[in-house]
Amino acid sequence: MKRHLKTSAIALATATLLGLCVTPLQAQQGKLSGDSVKIGVLTDMSGVYADYGGPGAVAAAKMAVQDFGGKMFGKPIEVVNADHQNKPDIAKNVTQQWFDRDGVDMTVENLNSAVALTVQGLAKEKNKISIITGAATARLTNEDCAPGNGIHYLMDTIALSNVVGKAIVKDGGDSWFFLTADYAFGHSLEKDTGEVVKATGGSVKGAVRHPLATTDFSSFLLQAQSSGAKVIGLANAGGDTVNSIKAAAEFGLTKKQNLAALLMLLTDVHALGLNTAQGLYLTEGWYWDLNDESRKWASRYEAVMKKKPNSNHASVYSATMHYLKAVQAAGTDDTAAVMKKMQETPINDMFAKNGQLRPDGRMVHDMYLFQVKKPSESKGAWDYYHLKGTIKGEEAFQSLANSRCPAFKK
Amino acid sequence: MTELFGIPVQALLGQLMLGLVNGSFYAILSLGLAVIFGMLNIVNFAHGALYMVGAFFAWMLLNYAGIGYWAALLLAPIGVGLIGVVIEKTMLQWLRQLDHLYGLLLTFGLALILEGVFREFYGSSGLPYDLPDVFRGVFDLGFMMLPKYRVWVIVMSIVLCGATWFMIEKTRLGAYLRAGTENPQLVQAFGVNVPLLITFTYAFGVGLAGLAGVMAAPIYQVSPLMGSNIIIVVFAVVVIGGMGSILGSIVTGLALGLIEGLTKVFFAEASTTVVFVIMAIVLLLRPAGLFGREK
Repeated sequence: MKRHLKTSAIALATATLLGLCVTPLQAQQGKLSGDSVKIGVLTDMSGVYADYGGPGAVAAAKMAVQDFGGKMFGKPIEVVNADHQNKPDIAKNVTQQWFDRDGVDMTVENLNSAVALTVQGLAKEKNKISIITGAATARLTNEDCAPGNGIHYLMDTIALSNVVGKAIVKDGGDSWFFLTADYAFGHSLEKDTGEVVKATGGSVKGAVRHPLATTDFSSFLLQAQSSGAKVIGLANAGGDTVNSIKAAAEFGLTKKQNLAALLMLLTDVHALGLNTAQGLYLTEGWYWDLNDESRKWASRYEAVMKKKPNSNHASVYSATMHYLKAVQAAGTDDTAAVMKKMQETPINDMFAKNGQLRPDGRMVHDMYLFQVKKPSESKGAWDYYHLKGTIKGEEAFQSLANSRCPAFKK
Repeated sequence: MTELFGIPVQALLGQLMLGLVNGSFYAILSLGLAVIFGMLNIVNFAHGALYMVGAFFAWMLLNYAGIGYWAALLLAPIGVGLIGVVIEKTMLQWLRQLDHLYGLLLTFGLALILEGVFREFYGSSGLPYDLPDVFRGVFDLGFMMLPKYRVWVIVMSIVLCGATWFMIEKTRLGAYLRAGTENPQLVQAFGVNVPLLITFTYAFGVGLAGLAGVMAAPIYQVSPLMGSNIIIVVFAVVVIGGMGSILGSIVTGLALGLIEGLTKVFFAEASTTVVFVIMAIVLLLRPAGLFGREK
């Protein structure tokens, strides 16, 4: 409470000072709740997903605020962050406090699907905005959708399974076995990929579910091996995916069966090393070496974080910037007005080209199919991907007509 | 294919084999804990963090100095042992007369600090440590493919556990150690340097953790979190085996590895919980643990 008072006092003092010295030209009209724009970055700062989101996500949000100019209508833009430790109850407490007491207008990142579902639910209840980048469960824009409050920005389990699933089944990998992380995200990914596989003419031989943050995957892989499936789909993320792939290589599983990492980001490939990761197919919404714009932003990020960003970090930047521009255009931080502006304006930046925010909260943009390079092909650290294909947003993501979101169900 | 309880026998054998590998790690780690608790009366919560430091030492030796696996197998435990000496001499020795709780809190704090420092510098995804070339490849056992390296882990751990048990129970040094913990004044009066013995014991115990870390490096990612992932299970092993019981920790470590392996076949979701269920049952029926003696 004390800290809150202090920040408010500082904010007030800054605002007063600014009020004294703004020229009429700068003093654009705008209404802000709590006299500031406050953005909360909720992420895993220290656990299995800390490299996936974590401090990098906070840095990306701060970069966006800085690039925007640091002020909205002459008032300060603040970024606060918290570590949810991958626990929905902690996430709930923090977000509740942010919305009720600290005057946070929007939360961004929110990785871990269990966390994301909690936060989006709360945003709906309190009529605030939650932008989810790191979490993948498609429930966010389907059964548990929150049109008007929740935005799902980077990817979802449907898009991931659509891109990799279709590509692999068409390539001959028509029988699948899943290694699934035993929580909302894993279940979602397993279900959605299974559906794509079956729809494309393949079959699902079974699945085994492992607890989050398992270190030893050999037992699970042994079950996958005895299933005789051609493809083992890894419906997990972060450290779990990395450890599964390592164990698969060690047990010689990759000689007869293929692995498909359904959610894997650049930071995971970096952790595995190209020796083990080479040849893997994966889907991402962004890669730092896509074009000049992405390279330029990545090198700015690298100057701060000492490593290249992954697609999650880039999307936090893009989402924060899009939000700030919408507040500016709407002239207020009122949730409905800002959401309307965000939906009206296409997203064109280093992250997405003609990205479109749909009324159900889905941000539709192009997805990419990558293959991990061989060590001999890589020019050095972070040069990891061959671009294998660009999939148009409309093809990758679920169409609004198929949405299971009650508000759009026909 | 023959089946047992609806599970193919081949799969069952495979899981038991893997359980044995995991059990080997549990055994080495819990052995170190048991030695430290038995001799120093300290609940060493920093054990997992020092296991992680052992793995990181191996990684650093390889990446900064070009020193490979075999040398790391010797150097990293020595390095971790030296850290142990520093911890014992500067901090733990002042707590010996106090309640267990103080040692537990101190070592827990140390574990958090060590983890935090390594996470700050190396991130949380972990770093790859390649297998030594000799161990590339697998043995085809018919019912499963068993990587050569895992066989090495089992052999190493059995040798280590046996040697430690022998040293403490059958040698003169071990006798001093046991006597020193029983009645330090008397042993000191016979001209044995008890404080030195105790420092040595702590260094040896955490050195074992460091060694387990080096052995784990090629299997798992070298990650700041690897210690906290395993330490809770290892503590459960020590409690089930009986705090301070050396034989207990070895047998329980291997047995729980096997039980965990079986759980992964029958009900995978519970594989991380089963150890604690067993712990609760054992504590209810035999509060001193399976091999522990009531005081």
